Amino acid sequence: MKILCAVKRVVDYNVKIRVKTDQSGVETSNVKFSMNPFDEIAVEEAVRLKEAGAATEIVVVSIGPAQAQETLRTALAMGADRAILVQTDVETQPLAVAKVLKALVEKEAPGMVILGKQAIDDDCNQTGQMLAALLGWGQGTFASKVVAADGKVAVTREIDGGLETVELKLPAVVTADLRLNEPRYASLPNIMKAKKKPLETITPDALGVDVTPRLKTVKVAEPAKRQAGIKVPDVATLVDKLKNEARVI
Amino acid sequence: MPILILADHDNATLKPATAHAVTAAAKLGADIHLLVAGRNAAPAAEQAAKLAGVAKVLLADDAAYEHALAEPVAALLVSLAPGYSHVLAAATSVGKNVLPRVAALLDVAMISDITAVVSADSFERPIYAGNAIATVQSADAVKIVTVRTTAFEAAAATGGAPVESVAAVADPALSSFVSAELSKSERPELTSARIVISGGRGMQSGDNFHLLEAIADKLGAAVGASRAAVDAGFVPNDYQVGQTGKIVAPELYVAVGISGAIQHLAGMKDSKVIVAINKDEEAPIFQVADYGLVADLFKALPELQQAV
Repeated sequence: MKILCAVKRVVDYNVKIRVKTDQSGVETSNVKFSMNPFDEIAVEEAVRLKEAGAATEIVVVSIGPAQAQETLRTALAMGADRAILVQTDVETQPLAVAKVLKALVEKEAPGMVILGKQAIDDDCNQTGQMLAALLGWGQGTFASKVVAADGKVAVTREIDGGLETVELKLPAVVTADLRLNEPRYASLPNIMKAKKKPLETITPDALGVDVTPRLKTVKVAEPAKRQAGIKVPDVATLVDKLKNEARVI
Repeated sequence: MPILILADHDNATLKPATAHAVTAAAKLGADIHLLVAGRNAAPAAEQAAKLAGVAKVLLADDAAYEHALAEPVAALLVSLAPGYSHVLAAATSVGKNVLPRVAALLDVAMISDITAVVSADSFERPIYAGNAIATVQSADAVKIVTVRTTAFEAAAATGGAPVESVAAVADPALSSFVSAELSKSERPELTSARIVISGGRGMQSGDNFHLLEAIADKLGAAVGASRAAVDAGFVPNDYQVGQTGKIVAPELYVAVGISGAIQHLAGMKDSKVIVAINKDEEAPIFQVADYGLVADLFKALPELQQAV
């Protein structure tokens, strides 16, 4: 079974982001970018499925600017076999990304698509579900365990009250949640090897997909700031304040 | 045109999150219909009918909807959507699973996790873990929207809408339910509790969470945790408060042994009153806390349990 993984290049999770003064968006020049952490988990899961003999080839895809090649090289260093960059400088919204991925799935015919449950920049949590819909496939979202066998996959999902396991016919789409695995660090020899792995670059046009954003961002603003309060010397004072000042207990 | 809300329920009871989505829908100024898709879900439909502002409850009762699987529920919503200007759901694990599928099937964009309604086509939503707020506008014929429940009050249970049956549509038969392991707790649910007390890596072990539980039981509070505590294996993932866990906004949030990483603050910074107990006085959590106590939690917690 071939697995297709989708990865997004995002502002690194350790970066404290700044809103642009003209409210057009978030400052992205001179900040560190890295692979969306949930996508890293998705790649790791694909590599583990390959190591366990359940998958034969891993194709990793990113939709974004030329620099997303670095993100793809990271995935190749983790163990993906080849990469495809669908290059565009347009802001990529989930529906457009799902359409690009659908076009690639039709070319590549994978048995499973694994991607992160959400990107930590736009926090949408939509792409995997949208891709499954467009393909007419089942979806196993927010996965904490994936077991593929006999043309089916059992996905254990993180839901509000605990865990739920669903069984999907393959091919299917799986989106990775935090506890699915702990992604490996790529070793230096694997980083060197990744430089020689194939990386193909195409455009959304070549796939016949219009990636023009559908939602208009009117403005991006700073959230309301919370003011730091006071320090209390001991538990007795704390309880007194909560009872008589804040009146919450 | 009316607005359709997908209700979140377990057939027997309606989840409180739905009442918050009703309040968001009310700001759009059109009739509100609530869809209860389930199996033997009449009890949930009756509770839905009591929510103030709901004009009609649609009950789709079929075995395919028993576990709210995304594929059949999305197919049902797609069949109903042409009569509506908006399709909403609370941003719960059900809403987040189903609505993007509906949006793609209708070839429309989706707006996730809104925190404010600006107008019928414009909404505010947090991005970058709540470190920026985007205002987005949709030109699509149907707006597909999930609602952050902490940003909207719950609609009161003072209404009385009629319940109407709607037929099931063909199940795409792509998925089946195998099992569920739900956490059993006598305490209130994290996202709807009036008081939440959470522990972080400073708790040092899962066993030490009993110190929090003892206080929670006295206050009628829910118990949460930071991602660090979940990653360390102290408590299950459904305790997690933060960008990657649950978003809460209780009247009182008590953070114990939590440093205050951005990802945690994203899940609790809208709480009315925040208390932080941490031995590190430089911990970022103190920058958002109304009341900070610099102390060893293993001394402070037993004292707190006595004092409340």
